[in-house]
Amino acid sequence: MALQSLDIKARSATTTPSPDARANGAIPVAKLIDISKCIGCKACQVACMQWNDLRDEVGTNVGVYDNPMDLTDQSWTVMRFSEVEVQQGRLEWLIRKDGCMHCADPGCLKACPAPGAIVQYSNGIVDFNEEHCIGCGYCLTGCPFNIPRISKKDNKAYKCTLCSDRVAVGLEPACVKTCPTGAIVFGSKVDMIHHAEGRIADLKERGYSNAALYDPQGVGGTHVMYVLQHGDQPELYAGLPKDPSISPLVSLWKGIAKPLMSFGIGLAVFAGFFHFVTAGPKEVEEEETD
Amino acid sequence: MSTLIQRYSASERNNHWLVAIAFILAALSGLALFHPAFFFLTNLFGGGTWTRILHPFIGAVMFLFFIVMAARFWRPNRITPADRQWMRRIGDVIRNRDEGLPEPGKYNAGQKYLFWVLVIGIPVLLVSGIFIWQPWFAPFFPIWLLRVAVVVHALAAWIIILGIVVHVYAAIWVKGTIRAMTRGTVSAAWAKHHHRAWYRETTGK
Repeated sequence: MALQSLDIKARSATTTPSPDARANGAIPVAKLIDISKCIGCKACQVACMQWNDLRDEVGTNVGVYDNPMDLTDQSWTVMRFSEVEVQQGRLEWLIRKDGCMHCADPGCLKACPAPGAIVQYSNGIVDFNEEHCIGCGYCLTGCPFNIPRISKKDNKAYKCTLCSDRVAVGLEPACVKTCPTGAIVFGSKVDMIHHAEGRIADLKERGYSNAALYDPQGVGGTHVMYVLQHGDQPELYAGLPKDPSISPLVSLWKGIAKPLMSFGIGLAVFAGFFHFVTAGPKEVEEEETD
Repeated sequence: MSTLIQRYSASERNNHWLVAIAFILAALSGLALFHPAFFFLTNLFGGGTWTRILHPFIGAVMFLFFIVMAARFWRPNRITPADRQWMRRIGDVIRNRDEGLPEPGKYNAGQKYLFWVLVIGIPVLLVSGIFIWQPWFAPFFPIWLLRVAVVVHALAAWIIILGIVVHVYAAIWVKGTIRAMTRGTVSAAWAKHHHRAWYRETTGK
């Protein structure tokens, strides 16, 4: 068990019930990222590095604010900067803190073949247990948000843990703790939705008539949510998918195909055995030789 | 003991068994990563991570030996009109009613179809496998392609595993067959009964 103080709701490549003895379970938690309040200071990136003891390579400046340019095994969250003109002549700078969305229906967990390498706690956090990870990269195919990264050093998959180790002992995630504008808040999912509603009403009053909460139902909702000024166009925010879901190919592969194809192989073996018992072998009489 | 007829040379036999051993190892390690019920098979390969590391190399070895074998067995596996007739009577073949079947050459229609399933399936496994081969190749391909590749790889492997289950069973079912691949020879009676056209061709009778 990854964290003794957290119940497990789902466990990768496991067909029996997960440890779930604590009757009351946990309250579903959520991190709410209010993009309209984000100033792109990257304090959350620094806090993430500090708490999780990560040090990405110092890259090169390619002329944009994004730094590092992408998520890596050492950068579990990055600010993505988009310059957009939703209204002609009115430039907007949209800054989205990218990282694991902690889906209620996690595609990574569905795709993972290693028992217990990915767990979903009853509070909604989806966590990778790298000591069980075999480095196959199947989680990449399952994720609708392109989040997991395989380390070149140890070939294990890494991503944001939502600071499960902090949350387990009643602390908020490191990025939330450090955010200077209060753009990132953390609490129960119900409270965060409530908080978002207030923010959305406020944004609407200020002219953002399409302001909305991003809690995509295609993945069963997420435990990291955004307040978007332009909720009708999430793609504006560095390609945030409008209606993400687990790829139908992965659903087929790790859904119906997995048990059905395994059954088919077993059936073929049994068919052979019982054919032998019923019809018997093909034997040739020696006198046929002439 | 009746007369023996040479069916496979030592080199052909070794080639076949190298493919067979690689196939068994590839199938066991592949199934281990396909369904949790088979995950225990990773123990045969030194754990999950070792299974992930070894599986693609085993597959590549299988591919290399398979192309040599396929080139060798290509010609006698070409489908003829007689094969279609033989296939129409597959029900009789299964019920061991072999009288009056069209006379197969070196291979019967069932063997030929398996050959062509492998000729198509194994390159499909290689290509789809390269797309998902961590950490060497997969990082160079887009994720949508990996998603297609995992499904294609699983499907091709499934078809081939089913084909090989039938292949292995047929060798057990048809008595006197296994020695063709272990000793290289078959009895004349076996050849005459199961592969009459080939029997005539080789013996001149």
